[in-house]
Formats: sequence, C-alpha cells, structure tokens
Amino acid sequence: MNLEFGFNRVTGAALAEPVLDIGDLTISYGGGTPAVQGVHLTVRPGEVVGVIGESGSGKTSLAHAVLRLLPQSAVITGQHLSLCGTDLLGAPDKTVASLRGPGAAMIFQNPMTAFSPLHTLGHQLTDLLWRDRTASKEEKRERILAVLKQVGLPDPAARLETYPFQLSGGMLQRVAIAAALLMRPSLLIADEPTTALDVTMEAQILHLMRELRAESGVAILMISHHLGVIAEICDRVAVMYAGRIVEEGTVEAIFADPRHPYTKALFACELSLIETGISRMPVIDHEALRRIAPVMRGAQ
Amino acid sequence: MALAAPDITTRAASAEPGRIFRITSTLRQVVSTPLGTIGCALVALIVLTALFAPWIAPYSPTAISVKERLADPSWSHLLGTDQLGRDLFSRVILGTRTAMTVALVSLAVALAAALPLGLIAGYGPRWLDAGLILVFDSLSSLPMIMFALATVVLLGAGLSTVILVIVIYSVPSYARLIRTQTLSIKARDFIKAEQAMNAGLGRILFVHLLPNVIGPLLILACLDLSTIITLEAGLSFLGLGVKPQIPSWGNILSDGFAVIRTTPLPVIAGGLPLILATIGFTFFGEALRDALDPKLARESRP
Amino acid sequence: MTLKNPVISADHLTVSVPEGPHYFFQPTYKLDILIDVSIAVRPGEIVSIVGESGSGKTTFGRALIGLMRPSGGQISLDGVALPDFSKGSFRKVRREAALLFQDPASSFNPRQRIGAMIAEPRRIAGQGGMRRNDLQDLAATAGLGSSLLSRFPHALSGGQARRAAVARALSVVPRLIIADEPTAGLDVSVQGGVLNLFLDIRDRHDTAFLLITHNLAVARHVSDRIVIMYLGRVLESGPTAEIFRAPRHPYTRALLDSEPVPDPKRRRAEPPVIGEVPSLMNRPSGCEFHQRCRIARDRCRIEAPAETPFADGHTVRCHFPLDTPAGVCAMAAG
Repeated sequence: MNLEFGFNRVTGAALAEPVLDIGDLTISYGGGTPAVQGVHLTVRPGEVVGVIGESGSGKTSLAHAVLRLLPQSAVITGQHLSLCGTDLLGAPDKTVASLRGPGAAMIFQNPMTAFSPLHTLGHQLTDLLWRDRTASKEEKRERILAVLKQVGLPDPAARLETYPFQLSGGMLQRVAIAAALLMRPSLLIADEPTTALDVTMEAQILHLMRELRAESGVAILMISHHLGVIAEICDRVAVMYAGRIVEEGTVEAIFADPRHPYTKALFACELSLIETGISRMPVIDHEALRRIAPVMRGAQ
Repeated sequence: MALAAPDITTRAASAEPGRIFRITSTLRQVVSTPLGTIGCALVALIVLTALFAPWIAPYSPTAISVKERLADPSWSHLLGTDQLGRDLFSRVILGTRTAMTVALVSLAVALAAALPLGLIAGYGPRWLDAGLILVFDSLSSLPMIMFALATVVLLGAGLSTVILVIVIYSVPSYARLIRTQTLSIKARDFIKAEQAMNAGLGRILFVHLLPNVIGPLLILACLDLSTIITLEAGLSFLGLGVKPQIPSWGNILSDGFAVIRTTPLPVIAGGLPLILATIGFTFFGEALRDALDPKLARESRP
Repeated sequence: MTLKNPVISADHLTVSVPEGPHYFFQPTYKLDILIDVSIAVRPGEIVSIVGESGSGKTTFGRALIGLMRPSGGQISLDGVALPDFSKGSFRKVRREAALLFQDPASSFNPRQRIGAMIAEPRRIAGQGGMRRNDLQDLAATAGLGSSLLSRFPHALSGGQARRAAVARALSVVPRLIIADEPTAGLDVSVQGGVLNLFLDIRDRHDTAFLLITHNLAVARHVSDRIVIMYLGRVLESGPTAEIFRAPRHPYTRALLDSEPVPDPKRRRAEPPVIGEVPSLMNRPSGCEFHQRCRIARDRCRIEAPAETPFADGHTVRCHFPLDTPAGVCAMAAG
C-alpha cells in the first residue's frame, strides 16, 4: 500500500487503524445486476474520503450498507465491512445498532425529512442521548447546546424549542450535523449533504464540515455527484461507475490527472472547467464507454 | 474519447403496463390474499344469484299457500316457508336481486350526482365551494331515520323511495371525497401545465382531473355497497322500505321477527345473506384498495 | 446588431399575495414575491435568471404566462402591451410561450401515455391529434426513442422525462420556452444533452429561452444575458461575459465565489458569504442584501438603491457597485 494514503494530514499520524474498512463488498437487490460490485474502500481516522458517481452508480447503496440501512431485499456479501474494528458482515443486528451513533452517524440529503415534524428539535436531540443513562437532563442539555454552537447555529437555546419546519434547509442541515456529532461518532457518513441547499449555504456547510474535521478529528465519508464539492473537502476520492470503483486516489492526483475513461469523461462534462465559447455541451456516451473500458482500476 | 454523442441513459426504466385499469392484474392481486379470495367468491356468488334469480328460485316468491304455513325445511322447500306459506328459499334468492338493484341503482345515481358537484366544488370559485360544502354538511347532518320517515310519509313506501333516501344520504360523502381529491390534484404540476398550454375547462376537468379522482371513489363505493345493502334491509325491516310482498332480506327479517318464538328459521334465512353480503363487499373493497394503493406496493430498490 | 422586438418583456412586474388571517375579506398584509422586475427576451436569445431559493425566479416564469397573477407592472408580447392581466390576455401569451416545469415527470398526467401527452398542445390548439409518424419524428427531435411514447410518465428516467417535456413544448413550435431549472437533478453526463437540445431548438426556430436556474456554470455557457435575483428583486443584469468578468453587485460576486471549484488547489479559506437568504416575511429595509453584504454601510440599511446603468445594458442595483470609485471606497472602508 502506498504510504501517502495511510497518512493523516490533520494529525500527522501515520497509518492509524482504519475507521472504516470495506473489503470486496457486493450488494445486489433480488437477483439483478449487483448495485455495488467488489468494492474496496478504507477511511482512516480524521480522513475525508469522497465517493463520486452519477445516479445508479451504487454510491448511496454503498453508504447505506455501512449502517445496514438498506431495504430487506438487499443481499450484502464480501470479505469484510469493518467499522471501528468490528466486522459488521453477518454480525447480529444488535452489534450494528450499537455502532449506529458512536461508530458512524449519517447526514442525509434532505434535512427536512430527517426530523420528525411533530416534536421540537430539543426533544429530538435529547432522544438521541437515550443510551446515556448516567447524564442528567441538564448535562444532556449542555452537551446539545455545545454541539449546536459548534455547528454555528445562531441562538441555540431558542432553537431547542422550535419545530423543524420553522428552520430553513441550511439551518436544519446544521442541526442534522449537530445531531450526528452529538453521538461522538468516529465516522460521519454524509450522503449528498449539500445537494438540496443553495450555493451560498452549501459553501458554509462545506466549510463547517472541514472545520469539524480539523477540530474533532472525525473521519468523513462524503457521497456526492459534484466534482466541486469533492475538491473542496476531500483528501481522497473514489470514482464509482456501474457499481464498481473505477479509480481511486488523492484528490490532487485525480483532479490533476484522471486516468480512467469514465473519470476523464466526468471531468470533460464539468461545465465550470470548460472555457466559454463552445457551441455545444459535452455529454458522456455510456455505450461507447462500456465498449472501450470494461472495468479497469485507476493508475493509483 | 467518446463524447458528444447523444447520451444513453444507463438505467432502462421498466416498461410497466398501463396504470389506469389493469383489470386482470388488479384482480389477480385482489385474489392473492385470503380475505380478498373470500370477498371475491362471495361477491361473485351474490352477483350471479341476483342475475339469475328467477331461474334459480323454484317457486314464485309471492305465491301464498296457507296449507304449508311455517313448514320445516324439506326437499320441496329448502328453507321451509314463512307464516303465509311462501317459499323462503325463493324469497331469499329474489331478495338478493332486490338488494343488488337498490344498491347498484342508488350507487350509480349517487355517483352521477356527486361527481359534477365534487368537481365544481374542488375546481370552481371559492364562494361556490363554500356554498356546496354548506349544502353537503346540512344534508349529512339530517338524522337518517327521521329523514327516511318523512320521505316515506311524503312519497309513500317503495323501491324508489328507498333509493332516493340512500342517494340523498350518500351524495355528500362522495362529493366531499371528490372535492378533496380535486383540490389536491388541482395543485399538481400537470394541471398547471395544462393551464399553461391553454387547455379549456372541460378538457382539464374531464380528461385530466376525472380519471385521477375516480379511483379512490370506486373503492369507497365498493366498500359502501355493504352499507347500502344493510340500509335497505334496515329500512324494509322498519316498514319504511320496499312493499311487504316484495321479496327483500329486510322484509324476510321483519316477517321472521313476528314468528321468532315459533321458529328462528325465517330470521336466519333473512339475516345470513345480509351478513354474507356485508362481509363479501367489505373484504372485496379492502382488497381492492390495497391492490390499487401504490404505497402498499412491495418494497423495491431505493 | 439590430435589436429585434422582444418576444416578451416584463416591465416593473410585481407579484404580491395576500397573507395572514383575513377577516371580512380584507387580508392583514401582503407578501411581495416580485418587486419591480423588468426583463425582456428577444427572439433567439437565451436569458438566464439566477438566484437562490426565495429569489422569485420561479414566480417570474409563472407570472409571465399568468399561472401567478401579477399585481402590478406590464407584460408586452412582441412589443404590444397586454391590456390587463385577465385570462383572455394570458391566453395570447400562452399561445406563444411554453413552460417546462422543474419536475418534468410531475407535469404529465400520470394516467396518460407520453405519446398522448406530447400531442396535447396540438389537440388543445384544435389542430387534432398527431399521426404516429409525426409523433415519432417529434420525439426524435427531442432525442426521445419512439419506444418511450407508449410508456407512462413514472416509467421514464429524469433525462427522458425532460426530453418528453421538451417534445411536448415543440409540438406547437413556441416562440418562447421558459425552462424552470432544466438541469436540476440530472447527472452531468445527461445535463449536456438537454442543454444541447435547447441550443439546437434555438438555432433552428430562433426560439427565445428564459432559463430559470441556480446553476451558474449552466447559465455561463448557454445564456446570452444573465439576470441575478434576490428576494424578488433584480440586483444585477447584463451580458453573460460581463457579469462573469466584472460582477458589479457584491451579491453576484458572492454567488460566483460560492460555487465550489473542481480544483483542490483552489479551496476557499472562508465561505464567501455568511448567513442565509432572509424570509420574504421579514424583508430587510433598504437594500435587501445589506445584512449579508461585506461592504454594506448605513446608507444601505435605510435607502433602497436605484438601478444604475453601465455599458452594454449592464445594470446593477447597489449604492456601491464593485469596480467603481464608490465601490472601491466602500471596500476599503469595509
């Protein structure tokens, strides 16, 4: 293994035990073509790893498989899927449940549907701390206020009394991140966390996530279809296409020199990288792509 | 690099058959649950009996034979006879026809009246909606029995009176359902798209709104069939329904009630088909609702 | 270049809706969704309206064809002003303009096949249905395989549904296409195809386009002019190249800077603008953007800026436009 990968650029610690280690994972739904096929992926402490791909590439299935959030019809096979050193493949539901929160926490695309509309945010955040039987109500409140402040929510004490619909999408996404952090996870799985937000809010949320990583050393698995988002926040990136990781490496390396035809095509289609004055926009010919490139691993 | 050719979407969407009236596949789904099968069988039994009643019934349901009053069941009289010596089996069979006639005719009339009213209330101007809602609310606040009594006094008892009472009683609930459906569909983009394309009122109402509101209505109507059948029987039992000599489950019950100390058979003969019909239409309606409800469709890929 | 008459132009268009409890038919207050918006689109021109949620860009598109009723201002068709905002007036506009909805799948009747829906505008116009061959040709123009014509809307992918919506709009060649977020939710590989389709239509029929989008990269590549909106007001408008080369409004600058750059070497140390778009119910006084503006001064809090013209029809609504003496002073002071 290349030493560069195992190097944590925030803490400077080399080759720490990975937070998430996925080995040869395959996910299929009811006998069809697997949604995810033979995927290897590791995330080390404090590292931000991006998974980029288009719809149907299997990136969301991969993210949801970690905490066993896939529908019942999903069949997961492979060598291992270790979260914080515990192999979750074939582990009882109880083990997986015990790692939801302390092991990995998720942030979803639409913060509006991530909260129950019937309860106040304070109520829902307190509920997340049900496991902690020793802490008093006041202690829990203090902890909640602390994370809300950490995610930059203005006037956190007043927000505890509000209902989800009273906040904007950007503010709710901050609360969702706070909810994830509240459980002090080792890994934050963010599934398109800024797709539903306006650009000015997206920039703020990405900035926040970068700060949180620097402060608390939480590792982040960032699922996105947006090259700009990946470039903004990730250390490493895996490019998914048709259920496989076709290329993987540091963002610097991949953005400077994409090797796989699909990655190249993805960059070629990114309008913000193209000079103006073109008469027609580029598109990807998936048929041709499948002909010339069965699946090949990237150069890294 | 293979760029600039037209894109080919990787996930080919499955070609599903039409969603409007997938009669065979819907029926298959209805029958796939045990309750649906029971419902289907009972409904089929009732409908066929009603259709072929005169051929099934061995005697005329109104033929009085004083000699054979309150006869016990035998091969010549499968369910025995009532206090006027009429063959109970024949009366039950022809009672099915009465029940179905009342139910289907009143349902058809009620739907025909409720559809335009509900569409107008849902799509029309607000003041008209408010006015219609007021009328619906007033109608449904009438006490059923009182209203039926008053109507019978005014128009005299009979089949058409029963139908009229049931129609007036059920129009408001159907119209209100259509109104809510219309309101929610009116706000959807495809109706806005029609408006943006300059579509006329008639086109929007009948080509685009109607097919989208009618599904839930048919399910409700199917579930309501059992209520209507019970209602007719109830009104007839109270003497407010069809004339006594006409075979109807309510009349059989009512006649049987007078002789219940002598023999329970007429009450059972009148009550059992009523219970079976209620169960049949309820099960069938519920299975139909489940089959047509996309939210209850089996879990699939995210 | 001689300027043709605009296909459609809105002058000082205002949309406000009654809000709050109303007793005895008198609403408590009005919510202004659009204030004083003037935008014109000429034949063959692609104009993009760019803005965040709550900017009123979707409302503007809908108000143009009367799906939202304007409460003030004027709409002109081919240089002729509509006499009023009645249904009859908008019927005229709707004959010339087609609206593509943000969610194309939802803009089709779920119980009708795509083929029938594509022929719908012609049927409405009283030209009868379409023959199978014509329908297939039309679908092919929009890049839609003829096998999809017998499908129901829910069985189409995002890109296919969008092409179907374009095909429907093309069945009575419109002179203006209003496209609401035409690339939202599309993969980058598909997005290019949809945009190329627009460009082809423009070239072939000289159709005017009004693109309503939040995607600056799309606006930059396909549009001739850009209009930046914020809380229902036009803050800046001008030729695309000018806006990107020298944005005059601090909000435009912030928007341009907020777009994440696909280059890990150009990460931003700080988010270009903080806070969020205020709610329409709490419209800020003075300049709507002053709470989030880096160079805002006392004047911005009190006085709403008027429109300042620059060269080439570039206008900006700011007291201290960037790259002007006033702006440079404000920048230095801020």
